[in-house]
Amino acid sequence: MTHSTPETSAVEAPPSAPGGLVKSVVALDRVVIRLAGDSGDGMQLTGNRFTSETAAFGNDLSTLPNFPAEIRAPTGTLPGVSSFQLHFADHDIMTPGDAPDVLVVMNPAALKANIADLPGGGLLIADSDEFTARNLAKVGYAENPLEDGSLDGWQLVSVPLTSMTTDALAGSGLGKKEAERSKNMFTLGLLSWMYHRPTEGTVRFLERQFRKKPEIAAANIAAFRAGFNYGETTEAFAVSYEIAPAPMAAGTYRNISGNQALAYGLVAAGQRSGLPVFLGAYPITPASDVLHELSKHKSFGVRTFQAEDEIAGIGAALGASFGGALGVTTTSGPGVALKGETIGLAVMTELPLVIVDVQRGGPSTGLPTKTEQSDLLQALFGRNGEAPVPVVAPRSPADCFDAAIEAARIALTYRTPVFLLSDGYLANGAEPWSVPAADTLPDLRVEFATEPNGENGEFLPYLRDPETLARPWAVPGTKGLQHRIGGLEKADGTGNISYDGANHDFMTRTRQAKVDGIAASLPPTEVDDPDGDATVAVIGWGSTYGPIGAACRRIRRSGRSVAQVHLRHLNPLPADLGDILLSYDRVVCPEMNLGQLSLLLRAKYLVDVQSHTQVTGLPFRAAELAAVLQDVIDSTGTEATA
Amino acid sequence: MTTSPIDEHVHELGMPAFDQRIADAVAKSVELGGEKQTALKAKNLKTDQEVRWCPGCGDYVILNAVQSFLPSLGIAREDMVIVSGIGCSSRFPYYMNTYGMHSIHGRAPAIATGLAASRPDLSVWVVTGDGDALSIGGNHLIHTLRRNVNLTILLFNNRIYGLTKGQYSPTSEIGKVTKSTPMGSLDHPFNPVSLALGADATFVGRAMDSDRKGLTDVLRQAAEHQGTSLVEIYQNCNIFNDGAFELLKDPLTGTQWSIPLVHGEKLVFGPDGASCVVADGFGGLRIAETNQVDESDIVVHDAHRTDPSYAFALSRLSSQDLRYTPMGVFRSIQKPTYDAMMNDQLEDARSGQPADLDALLRGSDTWTVGA
Repeated sequence: MTHSTPETSAVEAPPSAPGGLVKSVVALDRVVIRLAGDSGDGMQLTGNRFTSETAAFGNDLSTLPNFPAEIRAPTGTLPGVSSFQLHFADHDIMTPGDAPDVLVVMNPAALKANIADLPGGGLLIADSDEFTARNLAKVGYAENPLEDGSLDGWQLVSVPLTSMTTDALAGSGLGKKEAERSKNMFTLGLLSWMYHRPTEGTVRFLERQFRKKPEIAAANIAAFRAGFNYGETTEAFAVSYEIAPAPMAAGTYRNISGNQALAYGLVAAGQRSGLPVFLGAYPITPASDVLHELSKHKSFGVRTFQAEDEIAGIGAALGASFGGALGVTTTSGPGVALKGETIGLAVMTELPLVIVDVQRGGPSTGLPTKTEQSDLLQALFGRNGEAPVPVVAPRSPADCFDAAIEAARIALTYRTPVFLLSDGYLANGAEPWSVPAADTLPDLRVEFATEPNGENGEFLPYLRDPETLARPWAVPGTKGLQHRIGGLEKADGTGNISYDGANHDFMTRTRQAKVDGIAASLPPTEVDDPDGDATVAVIGWGSTYGPIGAACRRIRRSGRSVAQVHLRHLNPLPADLGDILLSYDRVVCPEMNLGQLSLLLRAKYLVDVQSHTQVTGLPFRAAELAAVLQDVIDSTGTEATA
Repeated sequence: MTTSPIDEHVHELGMPAFDQRIADAVAKSVELGGEKQTALKAKNLKTDQEVRWCPGCGDYVILNAVQSFLPSLGIAREDMVIVSGIGCSSRFPYYMNTYGMHSIHGRAPAIATGLAASRPDLSVWVVTGDGDALSIGGNHLIHTLRRNVNLTILLFNNRIYGLTKGQYSPTSEIGKVTKSTPMGSLDHPFNPVSLALGADATFVGRAMDSDRKGLTDVLRQAAEHQGTSLVEIYQNCNIFNDGAFELLKDPLTGTQWSIPLVHGEKLVFGPDGASCVVADGFGGLRIAETNQVDESDIVVHDAHRTDPSYAFALSRLSSQDLRYTPMGVFRSIQKPTYDAMMNDQLEDARSGQPADLDALLRGSDTWTVGA
């Protein structure tokens, strides 16, 4: 058994030991494992535990959970298949892997839904107990594929995972049905043996998770250990694998998902600004975990309000911002559509507000659990009137932390609503994170107004800071600064209602200038072009960073040059971006939409951007992107620089 | 970042300690501008903005009544916030020298909820109308009422859409002929008091724009109530629905058809107390002739009943033509407020677990890579 892949193939493969209990160990530099089963089989939990073990071991990793919107689709059917893919390596990696090296399937539906993704020769582990006539019939298998030779192109290992689990728990006092539920832990034990994962963390986790049901904790731990021991003693698996820890910069690391990192970023923004955080939110996939996470952090002064609808969620957040809080609302695309009018009010009242959009497939309800980047234009333009809103996007799960702090910085400094555009892939994906020290995080303190600012001792709520164009933030309770704000056009300075055309023209341009002016606070755009001679640039934003980066590495390994630009700020765009793009012969823009950033870049810079798009609900594959880039580079006549 | 020490301003203001920087700003403004003034006069609450309601509009009367009565609450004007939605009534904040937000259609209760929940030191008011509160904002209204957030909602009910020039509203009587319903409206109207009681509102009252004394009395009780108070104010739109409440305003018919609600007093009304309210046989209430019933059967008004059924039954006595309309406080009961409970949870969380950002970010499963 070997795991060779196009991305890296430096595999040392000592000859496999002959059968019996003499086991050999093979060193690998990277592995992609996909666990697939029924929604009720606990694949996400199993995947997360394997991820934690892998993180604790010190590999670099990237994950891709993929599950249906239904909580429990009919058992054993294709719509009910849930999977979790984990890529881990002894070096820095950027994606959850294009295709698995190892596929574990818990039933025929999982096999049918996933086998096409497993490259020929890949390792396939199947729970043979679940390949019953009934389960086979549910997904249209006439014959049992584990027995009819149709899987000969793969290394098939049929293992009766379910019955071995129930056997292992025979004395536990649990009924058969209940005992069967631990088969995911048996499987995790087997994989933990195969890949030399540390097991203490999982035992501790199970003890903690089932603190109130010690018999369930004991059964799961017993199943986990039985799976591990099975690997060690069975003849079915002669080889186990070692993937050395990845070299990483010195520091303290943890594993973190995008939604968790985003929530922590908001807590940190509250602490670093000295302001209470107020989250107004309505539950929506895939954003709800941010609400769940923030609701745990009341000790940091974080108030979470589960509103009656999306509109009330943002309304309450804006009300709290008026009162001096860092107002936040979290949602996904359909929720943004509902919040549009209140976002316009926040633009008009010029109050700080962070709007988190964890994007999913659209339009309408679309694909709730699948990822997409198709809300960019909605974030930029989805309101009536000229209503500019800054837009910030994270590039990886851990980066959601920094992006949240940046969104808060812009909101507080410029007194404006800000979009933070995450997506389903970032939200649920996880990776190691070098934990920053709190006192090294940006200082986000801003001053509230405390005294009149007018020449005649009056308070002018729309008298602007000459540098940022931000208006004063005077919170209720502040003596002498009573003022009224609202959605009607404001007179410059006084903020009184004004229907004057010239004033409206001036205020419209001023609001735009304020947002445009944020570009002055941004660092120069980073261009990743190690050889410095690229004539083709690839530009992306958000979660495509990993796949684009991995594709660029492939291109460079093939002796070609390519420059990578990845945008943190989508509005305003960095001031130097136009010159950068114009300096390349060709610019390629891969996006998980139908070309929204391309449209903007073409309109703004008159650059002939080549759009490459995909809306399958899954991230790009690095190999496919590399092929696209290679075509462009080769057709541009770029000399290979090997 | 370390947690801020609990400052004395914070205690003075009744503000949770998390909101130190807000408390500091308030304290600094006092340092610069002198102590907060709670001895106000009506004129202190007026702004320099020209009031732009139609001449003769009932809103003027309400504005005057509110400006005259608010000083009696002893709240500094900077500690009051008026949030409104869209509609004629929603211009109200511009004419009040307090903090204010003239927001968007129907959303004032949601915005006020966020403000009141995060700033329990403020006196937060919502000014809304029948269209704003009951059509586009109906959802926010009922949820705000059930949560019992500490704010006071003034619902100006003129039974018409004024600002959009005269379409029927959710409180218009069925069959209303308007620009959008030339053959008469088809929808059954809401009774705002019944709706609020259905949402288990802890304070519900009703008053007439032109009845300064009655209005002030209900407003005072509403303002003093801890939790969400809803006051329905019958307000005349002299342009699009003139005389809508004339039956109750007219001294003669008003006495006949209004039922004054006074806590602890018998529900007797009409000329010479000829009419009264008694229990019907089905758990509800009905109107009776006072001289036809045993005096002990006449209902004594109890606004403090926990069970909302009684207040609801009161609200059902009136018909859409306004006969037998109870005026006053239907219900006023004590329940924990949302904002107080939210802030208690924050304080509990903080006393149990200090806010250590480094510890939060590290979590429980970390590993260290050496230099």
